[in-house]
Amino acid sequence: MKTLLAFSRQSLAGLRVLLAATLLLGVAYPLLVTGVAQVAFPWRADGSLVTVEGERTTDPDEAAGSALVGQLVDDDRLFRPRPSAAGEGYDMLATYGSNLGPESPELLDLIAARQAEVAAREGVDVADVPPDAVTASASGLDPDISPRYAALQVPRVAAASGLPEAAVRELVAEHTAGRTLGVLGEPRVDVLGLNLAVVDAAGLETTGGDR
Amino acid sequence: MSALGPALGQVLLLAALLALTVPVLGRRLALMYLSPRHLRVESAAYRLLRLDPDADQHWRTYALSVLGFSMVGVLGLYALGRLQQHLPLSLGFPALPADGAWNTAVSFVTNTNWQWYSGEAALGHTMQMAGLTVQNFVSAGVGMAVAAALARGLARSGRDGRVGNFWTDLVRGVVRVLLPIALLSALLLVALGAVQNLAEPHAVTTLSGATQEITGGPVASQEAIKQLGTNGGGFYNVNSAHPFENPSPASNLLETYLMLLVPFAMAWAFGHLVRDRRQGGAVVAVMALLLTTSVALLTWAEMAGPGSAPELAGGALEGKEVRFGTAGSALWAAVTTGTSTGAVNAMHDSLTAPGGGIALFNMMLGEISPGGVGSGLYGMLMLAVVTVFLSGLMVGRTPEYVGKRIGQREIVLVAGYVLTTPVLVLVGSAVALTAPAGLAGLQEGGPHGLTEAVYAVTSASNNNGSAFGGLTSGTPFWNTLLGLCMLLGRFVPMVLVLALAGRFAEQHPRPPGAGTLPTHRPLFVTLLAGVALVLVGLTYVPVLVLGPIVESLS
Repeated sequence: MKTLLAFSRQSLAGLRVLLAATLLLGVAYPLLVTGVAQVAFPWRADGSLVTVEGERTTDPDEAAGSALVGQLVDDDRLFRPRPSAAGEGYDMLATYGSNLGPESPELLDLIAARQAEVAAREGVDVADVPPDAVTASASGLDPDISPRYAALQVPRVAAASGLPEAAVRELVAEHTAGRTLGVLGEPRVDVLGLNLAVVDAAGLETTGGDR
Repeated sequence: MSALGPALGQVLLLAALLALTVPVLGRRLALMYLSPRHLRVESAAYRLLRLDPDADQHWRTYALSVLGFSMVGVLGLYALGRLQQHLPLSLGFPALPADGAWNTAVSFVTNTNWQWYSGEAALGHTMQMAGLTVQNFVSAGVGMAVAAALARGLARSGRDGRVGNFWTDLVRGVVRVLLPIALLSALLLVALGAVQNLAEPHAVTTLSGATQEITGGPVASQEAIKQLGTNGGGFYNVNSAHPFENPSPASNLLETYLMLLVPFAMAWAFGHLVRDRRQGGAVVAVMALLLTTSVALLTWAEMAGPGSAPELAGGALEGKEVRFGTAGSALWAAVTTGTSTGAVNAMHDSLTAPGGGIALFNMMLGEISPGGVGSGLYGMLMLAVVTVFLSGLMVGRTPEYVGKRIGQREIVLVAGYVLTTPVLVLVGSAVALTAPAGLAGLQEGGPHGLTEAVYAVTSASNNNGSAFGGLTSGTPFWNTLLGLCMLLGRFVPMVLVLALAGRFAEQHPRPPGAGTLPTHRPLFVTLLAGVALVLVGLTYVPVLVLGPIVESLS
């Protein structure tokens, strides 16, 4: 009985603390961060949106995507991203990794099918297809591909877009980032940034950003 | 595919950051938990909330405060989930189902942050901020408070079972440590590209002419405390693999660092609290030893990429992001399961068989390498008591730890602690694997399916929160089972820890004698690490053999 009474007293104190904590940590803190972020880093805080001209924007109506997020590409004139398990592909309302295990028969079939598809599309041997081209990313939104996968796509993109291979290779180099501080992460090619550059250089018509 | 040099370099960089900051924060934490002075704003809050911040609570009262506060937290979060459709900024999402709201309420109050739902498809901004972000802070503060109470019990003498004041410990941990670091880290994350707004999803037309809904939300503010408080519940479904939560290799390092900072600093603070810094150093050393080993093994597994799918693809990149690579994903996987965070930047279900096995093993260790913000320290101290007890048995002396005798009552409490989670894990797994509703959630058959189920129950019972995500856990069966595992796995051990703290506080310290095992030397560090490994080994070897080990050998 005494314990029950003490428990009720402590729970009531807990309720008061929880209400105060909600005001401080659940309202003031996130709103303060939002306020400072919106003033100091408005472009990043709103999702690093870019227009089809490659300009930064915070207006979604003129954006062609986010510089941080990959998108589905079914256009031979452009570089392809990695396979995605997010919805029908690169769906930000349904982010997902396949979660298939290393011995999953389903995953083995998927990898083999993707290898065949990429090899046929790029006109190379199956053995030359890099791992990132045939595996779905963790987020389903991976904005990057490996420099190897980008190099593999250069001849096809060049032929389809009408640009010289050397020019495309140069664009790839411009959109390749190395490891941060030499040790963090992996060398990577930003696919959307690269594709925007290809669109610009080749003067391609796209409907990107039109709303 | 990662190269060995950078893989090693990222670990050294992380270690250097920790070596520079952990002793500073550890000392501050110790001074904070010992200081009789309150900040002016704290005093005002205590008056307003009608709390007596200077009352020295008996361990029973302290425990009732922990339980009362947590119960109110569960009820409050449950209510928010059930009433979501009426909340502002709810983005049109309906109420959570009863079993889901129960699971989420328990999950965030217990610092587990298991997620059966997909953030971008189920939760509005108010639930995320006023519900989940709040519990991210306070559940971490509760864990730290209980660890501080145990350290205080060991440091005190003849105090009639009094171990401090829960409300003061909670408020100080949150206001003086977690909030300022989270604020700074959140802004750093935005500077690196994490989003922070209150927008609804808005459509853009992609280069291929398709529509992509760009999501928003108060992400960075939640991401910062989710990592710092070893919580782990992602704003979005894919957690820290999402480019808006973790945009770059630099943000990845920051988030990895944040998971480790407070657990190690609490262990360092322990040395200051018991007025023998070598004791804190020894605890830190054991944690670092276990963590380093698991980082090395997991990195090896993911970079070597054994298994049919990684070998066919030419690398273990299924479920990994290019910007983090295999090494950055492996380091994170070891850290998130070694701390009780459970955030992921790669899908653990798609890790190689040995890699997934090590992640599972880290959790089975009981979250001590270095563990949760508070639970890591008290978990390790419980094992330290087991270690001196076993050593005492060998030489026939009454064991003692930092001057406190380990008698029958003490060892009974510790034994209860050590047995609680294994019982939950093994019984919970058995239930899940025999009930049709449990088996229905498995994505795969064979050893991998077994690991999916065991991983879920282990993650919940140890309050980690990471998952083999192929498991469909948003069902009444799994939500209820895992909710129970999280609740019991958090509060039964906590009450036992506080009871032990009370026992220690009553005792007068005894000076070390000829038969006292020094608990700061390399010998003890090795023994303690050995005891941790043997305990896990004896408990879990059969299930590890049937799951990840069979899969590795297939």
